[in-house]
Amino acid sequence: MNKIMLPASTPERPKSARRDIKTIVNASLARQHAAERRFRWYGLIAISLGLAFVLLMFGNIIGKGYRAFWQTYIQIPITFDLSIMDTSGSGKRDLQTIDGADYSVLVRSGLRKLFPKAEGKSQLRALYGLVSADSPYELKRKIQQTPNLIGVEKEIWLLASAQVDTLFKGNINRMLDESERSIKNDQIEWVDKLQAAGRIEEKFNIALFINGDSREPEQAGIRGALMGSLLTLLITFLLSFPIGVATAVYLEEFATKGRWTDFIEVNINNLAAVPSIVFGLLGLAVFINFFGLPRSSPLVGGLVLSLMTLPVIIIAGRAALASVPPSIRQAALGMGASKLQMVGHHVLPLAMPGMLTGSIIGMARALGESAPLLMIGMVAFIVDVPKNFFDPATVLPVQIYLWSDLPERAFVERTSAAIMILLAFMILMNGLAIILRKRFERRW
Amino acid sequence: MSVPAYDQSARDYISIVGSSTVYPFATAVAEQFGKDNSRFKTPKVESTGTGGGFKLFCSGIGVQYPDIVNASREIKKSELENCTKNGVTDIIEINIGLDSIVLASNRKNKQIPLTIKDLWLALAKNTPDTTGNLVINKSKTWKDINPDLPDTKIEILGPPQTSGTRDAFVDLIMNRGCREFEAIRIIEKADEKKANEACRIIRGDGIFIEVGENDNLIVNKLVANPNALGIFGYNFLEENLDKIQGETVNGITPSIDNIIDGKYPVLRPLFIYVKKAHIGVIPSIREFITEFTSEKAVGEDGYLSRKGLISLSATKRKLVAAEANNLKTLAP
Repeated sequence: MNKIMLPASTPERPKSARRDIKTIVNASLARQHAAERRFRWYGLIAISLGLAFVLLMFGNIIGKGYRAFWQTYIQIPITFDLSIMDTSGSGKRDLQTIDGADYSVLVRSGLRKLFPKAEGKSQLRALYGLVSADSPYELKRKIQQTPNLIGVEKEIWLLASAQVDTLFKGNINRMLDESERSIKNDQIEWVDKLQAAGRIEEKFNIALFINGDSREPEQAGIRGALMGSLLTLLITFLLSFPIGVATAVYLEEFATKGRWTDFIEVNINNLAAVPSIVFGLLGLAVFINFFGLPRSSPLVGGLVLSLMTLPVIIIAGRAALASVPPSIRQAALGMGASKLQMVGHHVLPLAMPGMLTGSIIGMARALGESAPLLMIGMVAFIVDVPKNFFDPATVLPVQIYLWSDLPERAFVERTSAAIMILLAFMILMNGLAIILRKRFERRW
Repeated sequence: MSVPAYDQSARDYISIVGSSTVYPFATAVAEQFGKDNSRFKTPKVESTGTGGGFKLFCSGIGVQYPDIVNASREIKKSELENCTKNGVTDIIEINIGLDSIVLASNRKNKQIPLTIKDLWLALAKNTPDTTGNLVINKSKTWKDINPDLPDTKIEILGPPQTSGTRDAFVDLIMNRGCREFEAIRIIEKADEKKANEACRIIRGDGIFIEVGENDNLIVNKLVANPNALGIFGYNFLEENLDKIQGETVNGITPSIDNIIDGKYPVLRPLFIYVKKAHIGVIPSIREFITEFTSEKAVGEDGYLSRKGLISLSATKRKLVAAEANNLKTLAP
């Protein structure tokens, strides 16, 4: 810099020096432009690299998981034989008799009707393995709904077993030796015959959305985890939003700035950065061991997650309050409003969109959290869909973790499907935050 | 949505905690049990690891503590003492079946004829030199250990120290492999503790890589890395035979037949432990025990064997079922 400036300030050098300055400036201008172009390129490269990773991740998950939204079904002729349903021979058709009947016999005889040539213990076992282990229970549910079916023969679509499903979706290499794949040669032959007869097809996988967890991949669903997430987040929101907003308002509008408020502010900022597992340990010690609240319940989960979300909401809330210009406050006070009226009628409504945005982002983080829930027993196999805040429950990210750890191959695509559903909820929540900000937030 | 006032005495479902190895089996029984008995709720199964499970189980008697713990090994003396200290005294031990730990590699690989002796040499932190003194293990390739083996880098992926599978691997392979050395046997006579330590400590120089508790992760790493061997439970090998192969140990392939016959040398029992004091307080525990020991579940054709559990012999099964249904407790 100095070297360039020097000739300009010395008067002994006339015209030629000025031209020098021009060339020097021009030269440096070119360098400046080049640097700017380079910087833009770096930015572009960084963004496209980030996008490439996101696309790779999404592509991988969607590629693995989209098939999970379809499920293979097999059509089987079932005779709802009265003699099988009524073991006592009394001819009664009451609910208890229907409840106690062995419905697997119906499924088996239906399968044998399709493939009469199958014989021998292992071949029959392979034959019965074509349909899901849930089939007898499915028939029972059907009878309970429409008792008129008794004595009738009817073609019924039953859920195929996970192996057949995986084969039908082309995820099993038929070229491999029989001992190296989880499906028998006979079963492949039967599936091909069923396909030729139009008795096997893929349908939308409703089970994924209406069932709780299951150890059989074809029956496993995420409704339990979804309900668990919903109940947990409800508790989190009900606790952390009012407390967070009240704290932010007090700290920003009422508290006299001093050593104490500084101390509190530092602590809140620190809390926002504490690893989430620590909140889980705290939850175990305080809520479960001391207060005796039920383990694995959405209530405790919500309490722990609200501890985690609170600092985020307070920080976002304070930023939103601080962005409301002082003139609004002065005008309100000048018109004779009390401090509470000023905050309640003017400042808070103006800051609310920003506060809500912060809260939703905090809630989205809570939705994706799994580590603290390990400590309070929500990493668990739960079949029954939770109905209230005290029932044992699990949440979406935990369900993903549990499914990814199971040996059955068919759980791979279900894991990816669950990730897609979780991501959809995340996008929904973050999208809502953006809409709120765009539509209601005022810039001053 | 109803929100009842919560009463601690109101838990009406069984609470199970413990081993991630037993988790796939206990959950299958829980689900079946819930389906077959519409009057009971489906038990809740938490995956906490064997050690973590015993900690919770032994915390006390009462509905806030679990009723059953899954374990991939026998209860330790220290854990039993902790139980007694907290008033958990009458414990029913049920051996539900067996699990085998296998070593597997990418299918494209040529099999390495492993022995438990060579495996110990490959994995131990300190190994004896020619004079019988323990020195730091510097072997990098299989050839360094045994001139008959190929000249490829040793790379073994396995579970972390908190895992029951790791405990069992150390007990069944490391502990036995090292006893085949004269030098260790001499040390053992002089100082048993030192010999045990030498046998059990796995080297930390990057030859053995801890991959976390997720066995599917190890399988995926084997697919990506053809030189590596992985350690996990048999059911993961069975489900992924199109990608990986089981390595022979002492010349025996880890096939289901060899495992059941007891020829394959790496076999461990799996257990569930039940708190007797909770029977009658929490509904359905007795019925759950009956389901878990029934032929339909743990028999050779049972639904658990389809999930990869290795059944006990028929006579042993009968004995286990009889004792369990009579609620026979562990001797204090």
